[in-house]
Amino acid sequence: MTDTFDPISLGRRALFRTGGMAAAGLGLASLGAPLMAAPKHTMHKKSSAMEGDIGVLQGALALEHEGIAAYRIAGGSGLLSKGVLDVALVFLGHHQGHRDSLAKLISEAGGKPVEPKSDAEYIKALNIASLKSEGDVVKFAAGLEQGAANAYVGQVAALQDHQLAHLFAQLGTDEAVHWAILNNAAGGSIAKAPYLFG
Amino acid sequence: MRRHVNAHARTAIGAVLATCLLVLAIPVQAAGDAAAGQALYQAKCGGCHSLEANRIGPAHRGVVGRKIASAPGFAYSPAIRKLTGIWTTARLDQWLQGPQKMAPGSKMYLNVPDQTQRANIIAWLAANPAKR
Repeated sequence: MTDTFDPISLGRRALFRTGGMAAAGLGLASLGAPLMAAPKHTMHKKSSAMEGDIGVLQGALALEHEGIAAYRIAGGSGLLSKGVLDVALVFLGHHQGHRDSLAKLISEAGGKPVEPKSDAEYIKALNIASLKSEGDVVKFAAGLEQGAANAYVGQVAALQDHQLAHLFAQLGTDEAVHWAILNNAAGGSIAKAPYLFG
Repeated sequence: MRRHVNAHARTAIGAVLATCLLVLAIPVQAAGDAAAGQALYQAKCGGCHSLEANRIGPAHRGVVGRKIASAPGFAYSPAIRKLTGIWTTARLDQWLQGPQKMAPGSKMYLNVPDQTQRANIIAWLAANPAKR
């Protein structure tokens, strides 16, 4: 797994050529920060308002576990070219960072972080065995990222804690960036109406 | 006379039963646009749900008309297991407006505030009945 990210060299890679999107590099520039620079959010011990927030965090953690498994399993499938694999590993690193932040917050609040399922369960649930080409994998990942971005943005209103709402905004925008890059690489369209997520 | 009344009663009951059977035989249809609902479902629900598999949330194929909290193999929260009855289109509409209002403590927190979007998503769900 890569620990650093070079937006210039990544911008030249096949993922973006196949999508025909020269402008993809614009979106990548903001990702030059260290991958594991986790935001400093804190949660105090359980209060009644926090109970609901812990529930939201557990759902988010389950989502990140699934995303990590999807990238890891699809990344190891041999279907991805080096350039695409490099990008997938960057995104995998983001999801691992999200997972760590969420698990830490849940623990700090007195909860027990939800555990990941087995690879076999993820393969079945996500129908990963049906992916036969690099294009299939990119489209599949784009769908997961779109759903994740919507899940985060759509749950902000349910959070009682403003710091957690900020964290969910950060998580949602990370997923939105992933989706934008993958969607363009897959040749997907973009909605004309504003407010793409939430 | 009594025999005559009974005959009428039997006819009426038969008509009601026939109507019920007819209603049950017709696939559930919702008022929204199922095609638009498919894209909305993928975008808004696809992070946690799919038609065929339990993921973060339960599998959705056949959810319209299904007993609440009955997707095989899914670990439901105690909050949702307390609900009784089946998922009608009206109850799904209520659910999507606020799952935590309908079942506080359930695992779902995402709302779909837009009525048209809810109708379209529900139409898509109704268009995907359980496989026989």
